[in-house]
Amino acid sequence: MLMKRLATASLFAGLMSSAAFAADCGPEGQSIRILASDFPAIHAVVEAAQANCAAAAAEFTVNHTTEARQIMNAALTPNPAEYTSVILANATLTQLMNDGLVRPLNDLVEKYKDSIPPNVLITIDGKVMAVAFMANSQHLFSRKDILEQAGVEGIPASYEEVLEAAEKIRAAGIMEHPLVMNLQTGWNVGEVFNMIYLGHGGEFFAPGSAEPSINNEKGIATLNTMKALVEYAHPDHLTHASNETQGLWESGQAALAIMWGSRGAPILDDEGSTEEVTSNTVLSAAPTVGGGSTPAATLWWDGISIAANIPDADAEATFAALISGLNPEMVAANNDDAVWLLPGFEPGPAAAGVAATAQGGARPYPMIPQMGLLHAALGSELTDFLKGGESAEQALADVETAYRTSAKEAGFLK
Amino acid sequence: MKHRTFFWFILPTLSAMILFIALPIVSVFIQSLFVEHEQVLVVSESCGPFGCSPTTTVDVAATEKLRQEQPLGQFNGLGTYINRSHLAFAEVGEAWRTTETFRAFWKQVSNLPFYRALIFTLTYTAVVTPVVIALGLAIAVGVNNLPRMLKGPSIFISLLPFLVTPLVGSLILFWMVDSDGVIGATIQRVFNDPSLSLKASTTLTWTMLIVYGIWHTLPFSFITFYAGLQTVPEDTMEAAMIDGASKWQRMIHVIVPHLSPLMAFVTLMLLMDNFRVFEPIVSFKAEAHATSLSWIIYNDLRESGNPLYGSAGATSMMTIIGVVILLTPVLIRTWRDFSRKAH
Amino acid sequence: MATKAQSSIAVPAVNPKSRSRVSLLTVVSLALVALWLIIAAFPFFWTFWGSFKVQSDFFSKTDWQNAIYGVNTIQQTGSAFTLDGYRGAWVEEEFWRNVINSGIVVFFTVVISLTFGTLGGYALARSGRRYAFWLLMAALVFRAMPHITLVSGYLLPFFEWNIWGILPTTIIVLVAINQPFTLWMLHSFFLNIPKDMDESAMVDGCTRFQAFRHVIIPVMWPGVITTGLFSFLLAYNDFAVTAMLLSSENETIIPAINSFLGTTQVEGKVMYAVAAVVSATAPLFVLILFFQRQIVSGLTAGAVKG
Repeated sequence: MLMKRLATASLFAGLMSSAAFAADCGPEGQSIRILASDFPAIHAVVEAAQANCAAAAAEFTVNHTTEARQIMNAALTPNPAEYTSVILANATLTQLMNDGLVRPLNDLVEKYKDSIPPNVLITIDGKVMAVAFMANSQHLFSRKDILEQAGVEGIPASYEEVLEAAEKIRAAGIMEHPLVMNLQTGWNVGEVFNMIYLGHGGEFFAPGSAEPSINNEKGIATLNTMKALVEYAHPDHLTHASNETQGLWESGQAALAIMWGSRGAPILDDEGSTEEVTSNTVLSAAPTVGGGSTPAATLWWDGISIAANIPDADAEATFAALISGLNPEMVAANNDDAVWLLPGFEPGPAAAGVAATAQGGARPYPMIPQMGLLHAALGSELTDFLKGGESAEQALADVETAYRTSAKEAGFLK
Repeated sequence: MKHRTFFWFILPTLSAMILFIALPIVSVFIQSLFVEHEQVLVVSESCGPFGCSPTTTVDVAATEKLRQEQPLGQFNGLGTYINRSHLAFAEVGEAWRTTETFRAFWKQVSNLPFYRALIFTLTYTAVVTPVVIALGLAIAVGVNNLPRMLKGPSIFISLLPFLVTPLVGSLILFWMVDSDGVIGATIQRVFNDPSLSLKASTTLTWTMLIVYGIWHTLPFSFITFYAGLQTVPEDTMEAAMIDGASKWQRMIHVIVPHLSPLMAFVTLMLLMDNFRVFEPIVSFKAEAHATSLSWIIYNDLRESGNPLYGSAGATSMMTIIGVVILLTPVLIRTWRDFSRKAH
Repeated sequence: MATKAQSSIAVPAVNPKSRSRVSLLTVVSLALVALWLIIAAFPFFWTFWGSFKVQSDFFSKTDWQNAIYGVNTIQQTGSAFTLDGYRGAWVEEEFWRNVINSGIVVFFTVVISLTFGTLGGYALARSGRRYAFWLLMAALVFRAMPHITLVSGYLLPFFEWNIWGILPTTIIVLVAINQPFTLWMLHSFFLNIPKDMDESAMVDGCTRFQAFRHVIIPVMWPGVITTGLFSFLLAYNDFAVTAMLLSSENETIIPAINSFLGTTQVEGKVMYAVAAVVSATAPLFVLILFFQRQIVSGLTAGAVKG
């Protein structure tokens, strides 16, 4: 383990020095200040950028913090802003764009187009707002030995098949609760609704407006699917987020799971689990639902954005530095830390689920300004339904009322 | 004391409090009277690595223009205070009109986020405060009767729940009460019910939170009372003993009255802290079964993408009002004491 | 004065008169204390023991007894005890930087809090005027304000003034937020010091400040140390303020531990957090042992008169 790590590190260092020689760091002597979450993959990108371009910059500082999302709007508001770049995701880009704090990158993309990989530009209304470098989504994890034992053929491809398989496992007396999902009240349960609702082909808002449109047959079908799923889920499902579901999976207490793709690598590695579990774990696309053809999941990306309230030279230097970090050498050295959207990425077994989900045409998490409010309303109002104290219609009506209340306050509705 | 001298002595602390607490409270209050400007939405198309889809965006320039005309937002008066996320006057009135029985009315009211949170907050405060005071006193008396050499280690161990950061303390307890954890599994064995889960039922979750609350705050009341016991005048105790008072009688008639000013102080602090209960709910992932006023504020500020400052401000103001109402009896007492001392 | 009271109270406990009759009440009270000590200590010792295991043992879903015997720890490291958590936190994640930051924040917070609080508390205790009472009430109202609302309100102005992320800002915020508690506690302590002491000094020709300096300061230490200990704990264990107001290079220990715990999408280094928590408790042990007597005597002298 250690030897392997050392070997990759020295290889990495060797490659980096040659890359640093070639990197185009834009204007020299500028200030580069980056705000980012605290993930290994993001550390890798930023460190690569730092290795390439820190020497050319007058200042290169990085703040990796778990609170990035909480402070970023305030941090980018002053002029000049505290940071020149925020490494962000779908939902967080919306949060910054709502306040107009990130700049369009079209000029910079044009200038550095040779170093930018294809298909990674996030464009809104023709304006490039971010450059993505990694992807993530929920997908299905299955235990093929248990499925075989219960007489289930193949890996379930739809939620109906998941339910059927769960029933067979229960009937065969193998497990009482074969399914685990991240259903913790709050963001997680809202996200489960989002993915299944998208799988049903639902739309969250009336076109072009902020009026919610989830209280319909698709919404009810989504809730019924969720209700059917929780019948087979661990009794504590309302407290389960990724750490708990991963723990249950690794201890061999589940046969089917909907978890984040980023958990694939830690689950498949040799730590914290048994050979029996890891060798039989199969990662596949998120299931479809209700006869739909696309996997029921939300695709996420992480990418680079540049602050609006900073001098143009700083913006260019920051952009050039970060783009220089997105090179194949960085990807090769950190291949298993993420599902990279960059050249040089060799999808391993841990990336299979996300890749299949994306190829199946799953929809991205909606980048709609008021989505955060609806997501929060879903997160807090759906629990009563899952606990069994409320009808689906009532739950959806509650969500819409809760959303309307906060949307009025945020100025999206009158 | 002369006004002038008083002023110079109080200046540092007062300016710190005014600058960092009083002014923010005023600004939060003003903020809670306004709602955001209308967000001008434009329809557009968004494209990314996963293809293109129609979307809407905020027209920042147009919204900015509105913002400059009225920097604070649209005046809403007490509108935020009475909307569905808060006091929900309209919804409560509606429930009153449309329901037949009190039970049905109650069910509808407790479906509203503010009241649901208030019910748990008040229950938690009402149970934890007296229990912590009573147990803290009992343990303080017990420790005080221990042989001298055991006192030091006992005080030290008693402080442990207070010392470990709640962030990790409750994380570890959360795993211990899991149905596969040491406490959860033991409870299952004690009750001989393998499906028993502390996290899956509302009653058990509340019990768990309350027990955690007691465990975590007991050291504070214990140490305060233990200190108080050291000043019980010896001659009074001996006089009581000579009068033939039993230990229990001495406890009730000598110790408790002597400690009553201390109890006022502890009650004040405990009521205030318990009313703002927040950390255990998040650490124990208990949101499905229990929410509190502080949790609502947290949710408004952190979970909605762009924070809902007005809503969080309104809940904060109501928390302050709630605390003041709860503290009134103790405050009246303090006022009497104060007047007595002053004259 | 207070120390005398403490030593004298030990007398009845070993007094043969009270020892001769072991009443039911004594038994119940001792049993309660024993039970409490077990409940108070158990999670901590469990954590201490578990900090030498791997994550899949300490947070085992298979069998909680793994946390005791370390089945997976033996499998992964060859021994039932591992220092991986400590090594990871202290060497790999450079936890000592956070410890230094915490040391700075806590030291200055306590010193400034006590300076401000002593002056203010003394003035409030000696004034006796109505506005003094209302100031105390206002301090209570200030304390009722949820910290999370205050902190999110600070963000924008701090960024505008370019003072976000640095230690002094956090220190002054922690001082201000904890001032109401400090002020109340010290105020009740000063009420306990007889008025005659400083007033007679003033009759002798001292100014108010000289009387404070030469007469009050020498006798106020027990109360100040107790209040200081509470300020210390509040600053040391604070998460709401430090997590939002410090940049990563200035992070104190609690936000650092939080970042070990991971997020929804990425697995954390939970055992680093456990090891860090155990190590972070060590200085508190020393502190409590050192100040044990003062805490008790300080509170005695302070809060008794409400």
